[in-house]
Amino acid sequence: MVKQLKTIKTDFPILDQKVNDEQLVYLDNAATTQKPKAVVEALDHYYYHDNANVHRGVHTLAERATEQFENAREKTAAFINAPSKRNILFTRGTTQSLNWIAASYGEQNIKAGDEIVISYMEHHSNLVPWQQLALRKHATLKYIGMHDDGTLDMAQAKELITDKTKIVSIAHVSNVLGVVNPLKALAALAHEHGAIMVGDGAQSVPHMPVDVQDLDVDFYAFSGHKMLGPTGIGGLYGKEALLNAMPPIEFGGEMIDFVDLYESSWKELPWKFEAGTPDISGAIGMGAAIDYLEAIGLDQVQKHEQAIVDYVLPKLLAIDDLEVYGPQDPSKHTGVIAFNLKGLHPHDLATALDMEGVAVRAGHHCAQPLMKYLSVPATARASFYLYNDFNDADRLVDAIKAAKEFFKNGAI
Amino acid sequence: MGLSKLDNLYRQVILDHSEHPHHHGQLADATNDIEMRNPTCGDVLELQVQLDGDTIKDIAFGGSGCTISQASASMMTDAVLNKSVTQAENMVEVFSELIVGDKPVDSSILGDAAVLEGVKQFPARIKCATLAWKALHKALNSEDHTAEIGDLHAHAPKEDESHDRN
Repeated sequence: MVKQLKTIKTDFPILDQKVNDEQLVYLDNAATTQKPKAVVEALDHYYYHDNANVHRGVHTLAERATEQFENAREKTAAFINAPSKRNILFTRGTTQSLNWIAASYGEQNIKAGDEIVISYMEHHSNLVPWQQLALRKHATLKYIGMHDDGTLDMAQAKELITDKTKIVSIAHVSNVLGVVNPLKALAALAHEHGAIMVGDGAQSVPHMPVDVQDLDVDFYAFSGHKMLGPTGIGGLYGKEALLNAMPPIEFGGEMIDFVDLYESSWKELPWKFEAGTPDISGAIGMGAAIDYLEAIGLDQVQKHEQAIVDYVLPKLLAIDDLEVYGPQDPSKHTGVIAFNLKGLHPHDLATALDMEGVAVRAGHHCAQPLMKYLSVPATARASFYLYNDFNDADRLVDAIKAAKEFFKNGAI
Repeated sequence: MGLSKLDNLYRQVILDHSEHPHHHGQLADATNDIEMRNPTCGDVLELQVQLDGDTIKDIAFGGSGCTISQASASMMTDAVLNKSVTQAENMVEVFSELIVGDKPVDSSILGDAAVLEGVKQFPARIKCATLAWKALHKALNSEDHTAEIGDLHAHAPKEDESHDRN
């Protein structure tokens, strides 16, 4: 285990509590992550000392707020190696980021007969915006399938991505199967055919080093709350030429350059997309989360999570009647692990785990087409993060075994 | 605490109903039917009712869901079979009060379903227990008595706070 991460739990006060009389083990990190003191304190400090609206007003507080807000944008750009802060739009999160691309770039560029290619493992937020765009434009939506181990079928991707394809949009890391998709290869494939490549980074940016220039994606979406930051803030990276050519989706204050009675002009990037007062504290909080993650190093975070997966996946696979989805080879599986106990609905399993203090998700994980593809109504899902350790992994395995025993023997 | 508290939720009678659900299947002569979903977790319930005048002459359900939702549906169909629409609607109210209300109710009219009171201690599972009863209420009140797709959020947002969104 990475040395620095051994004592990290103390930075997260929420983890130090009992749930149903058991020490909490929080394994729902793919849904949202807990916040370190540094992030909560950054929010506190902003509201106690620096709160003002940004990009307007000449007073000192307004200047401080603007500086911190824009500083957070610089940090976000550097975090994913965007060339400039002009490439970073603040949004509410991944969902809004993807919706913006569909509503602006998609609306402007997709015509009847064009094709949009996604995969069966997409989260609803990287599916419904494209589905609705396709419906509006009479375009065709195509789905890339997976191999038996849950990895993306690249041979099929090569067949589906053609000169008719205008947009390819794929999750960098699946929020159910835990696989990492080859975004760089997909981007090259999309570009060969004149299509743009969109990456859904919700489950990757928090867990591994991401370099948008190396991936050569055209757009990339991510959420602050899944990487130790507050809810309500996220980012959309876009290549400058594309963002410049795109119309704003919302209009109002903050985003205008000049307003006349019958026409207006917009601010330059990135502000032309950010109408109205933004989530200033959210952006500052996300900046603090980035500082926290960078002090540890994303390569270390990735190594730590991989060590947990190497440890826990074989233990889970060894439980009779436990079906684990996605790759069974730990080296191909990230810290998102979906599973089902045969004969038991995942809700019942999740309730049992909760009684043991272990917080997991149960449901369709906003991926109904994937559930259909896997022929299951729902799954349970444990997802690890940098503050989880081997002990948490053991607690999960023990709780699953106890639940299995409980339901096998029946209740009173 | 461990799993001992689970005994309050998974009583043997609940496990029995879930494993061997009553009135599971389809009706040939349904007069009212409905498909309801719990959009946050993917549970689907198909409910068919055959009314003879004001009496529930037959009832059947299908779909997929957890132990609690399947047991509750099975128990509900037992409870309302051969009852009048008014009696059935009263049971829906009593069940709702039993699970989410704070007034004491006479739950004996609910038959086996009264045992689901234990769900109260598991707020995240309340919507699993109430799905079938809401479906019955909607089926009996749907205007054209034909397939209508409802979802819990549209129907009763108050009780349906999600515990498992992403």
